[in-house]
Amino acid sequence: MTAPLHEPTAEAAPSAAEEAVLAGSAEGKAVQGRSLGRIAWERLKRDKLALTGGIVVLVLIAIALLAPVITNLVGQDPETHHEDLIDPLFSTPKGSLGGISADHPFGVEPVNGRDVFARIVYGARISLLVGFLSALVAVVLGTVLGVLAGYFGGWLDAVISRVMDGLLAFPQLLFIIALVSVMPNEMLGLTGTGVRIFVMILVIGFFGWPYVGRVVRGQTLSLREREYVEAARSLGAGRLYILFKELLPNLVAPIIVYTTMMIPTNILTEAALSFLGVGVKPPTASWGQMLSSAIDYYDSDPMYMVIPGLAIFITVLAFNLFGDGVRDALDPKGSR
Amino acid sequence: MSEKPEDAAVTTSAQSDGAGPKPAAGTTLTKDAAPGETLLKVTGLQKHFPIRKGLLQRQVGAVRAVDGIDFEVKSGETLGVVGESGCGKSTMGRLITRLLEPTAGTVEFEGRDITHLGVSGMRPMRRDVQMIFQDPYSSLNPRHTIGTIIGAPFKLQGVTPEGGIKKEVQRLLSVVGLNPEHYNRYPHEFSGGQRQRIGIARALALNPKLVVADEPVSALDVSIQAQVVNLLDDLQQELGLTYVIIAHDLSVVRHVSDRIAVMYLGKIVELADRESLYKAPMHPYTKALMSAVPIPDPRRRAAKSERILLKGDVPSPISPPSGCRFHTRCWKATEICTTKEPPLLELKPGQQVACHHPENAEDQAPQDTVLLTAAKEAVELVPDAVVSADAAQKARAEATGEEPEDAK
Repeated sequence: MTAPLHEPTAEAAPSAAEEAVLAGSAEGKAVQGRSLGRIAWERLKRDKLALTGGIVVLVLIAIALLAPVITNLVGQDPETHHEDLIDPLFSTPKGSLGGISADHPFGVEPVNGRDVFARIVYGARISLLVGFLSALVAVVLGTVLGVLAGYFGGWLDAVISRVMDGLLAFPQLLFIIALVSVMPNEMLGLTGTGVRIFVMILVIGFFGWPYVGRVVRGQTLSLREREYVEAARSLGAGRLYILFKELLPNLVAPIIVYTTMMIPTNILTEAALSFLGVGVKPPTASWGQMLSSAIDYYDSDPMYMVIPGLAIFITVLAFNLFGDGVRDALDPKGSR
Repeated sequence: MSEKPEDAAVTTSAQSDGAGPKPAAGTTLTKDAAPGETLLKVTGLQKHFPIRKGLLQRQVGAVRAVDGIDFEVKSGETLGVVGESGCGKSTMGRLITRLLEPTAGTVEFEGRDITHLGVSGMRPMRRDVQMIFQDPYSSLNPRHTIGTIIGAPFKLQGVTPEGGIKKEVQRLLSVVGLNPEHYNRYPHEFSGGQRQRIGIARALALNPKLVVADEPVSALDVSIQAQVVNLLDDLQQELGLTYVIIAHDLSVVRHVSDRIAVMYLGKIVELADRESLYKAPMHPYTKALMSAVPIPDPRRRAAKSERILLKGDVPSPISPPSGCRFHTRCWKATEICTTKEPPLLELKPGQQVACHHPENAEDQAPQDTVLLTAAKEAVELVPDAVVSADAAQKARAEATGEEPEDAK
């Protein structure tokens, strides 16, 4: 320390700063900057539609997690047959609106009389499980490969990009239908339904990653040319530092947006697969499979078709509203 | 700036207790390179960007962004680099900071060849050579706080300043005239000028010897430009910095530089002391550039008529013209200019020029007097005053030409 140069003015500035920092939340707030994530959260909080979507999504997740508890409360379970409630002549539920009663709030299924409410609740488990996990597979694969392609470029980029093009052109649905027909009944310690769910997650995720990969690659290409990357290099940063400290934090926003958009698409794909009979098999409940079996009774028992249809509709709508809200909140060009 | 005296105190006091193992700026300079000694030496520097085409990415050509330049930067001075867009100024800056690998030639820093050092080999050198970037909006990572951004140099170099990184960052913030309390803020909360100050603070964090500033003020508003230029000036005096300032704004360069290099299509066409260059430019291109500077004096507005308009655009650096690269647009070009490349010669102490027919100096190829057709067309865009001055000068064939402005 060179004492003569240490003038009071020089001393004052840093100490004032420290005081402000130490002063706690009240004063510290003025000094604390608002991060982009915080701003996005504040914007999301103001978006009522997105917030509603988000709440519905949370409720759905709770329903899926607490399925046994909820069905116990109602006193039903998804696999018990109630043949006494079925009209033996038409094999449709007795009573109006598909047999809706105090015991069976959503009615019962035709023919075997399983409780529709319990099946919808358990069906949420399958839909959300497949929707989330396949999105996770797609996002992990897409992010890793997209970043590799965008950041390292050259032949790696050429190979990954061509693979993505190929997968995007691949007839995904036909492939899954073919795959399921040759699938073993047991693998990796899973049996029957377990194998089918596992395969669906892998396949939907695998065909979904190129969508994420393309977005991430494009973003990486544009970000790596930013001057802050050059600045980091001019300070001696290596490739990994730039990748993890400079690029990835900026990729988080588009990845989150893409994930929220991808989950409802995957839920729909799962429903479609179950509808086509290549997804979850009865007696395990799934919304798509319920819709499929409701086709035979669309005129005699329309409620049986309406209820799983509504379940899919509300779920997908809620995810989409929430996803749109997240996108708007994270979009820097959106209004502040 | 109002905070200047305070800055001076903060800066100099903290220099001594600053960056841990590094000695204070003053002693560093006397130990390694005293003011006036060569800090950076560049010889025959080239950067060709390959153009690849087709499936096999065959190289079909190259953009010759920097095509053989030589210069030296002395410790403590400011070298200004000017030229039109696309003449290779920025590439040159990125070559000397080794953000790009040169195609040929050498870059020596303090006598050490750093031309082909890798990332890890360069790392220790990074402390001494730092860069200030053009765009204050893209040079700061929007996801990091100011504290993280200015603290990054210490983390990357593994240096712990006395009193901790946070304290040092706050000191740097006050050095560049920002509020140290803004440590936790994000870049989007600052204006362009403030962001550029943050960029400067980051560049100064490791107490560098050489700072390369690539268009440091061109993205800023004119009122802020002056502040930032003055800040750079003050910091140079306080910290004994050496600058290479790349700019296209001639008034900025004139204000800050001791010596100026004029670039055209990847070559240095003139390298001279500020005074000589602005008083008596030798290269016709320099002269044309100078004539483009607006004169902020209504009484001298008549001088505007001396504005030299250059014909056409800068030729493509993919296939630059033969001989002197400026011959396609020069009003003095003769046969020799299309065939022989003029070497960069010191025609006057402290003034190097690469031209066969320089202004304000002895003609290097007096035997060659027939103008090219292109030159005859170009001459029509050149004011009579300039041409007649040339003619008079030629007639007199004097070594030290008159000021062209005197001819009017």
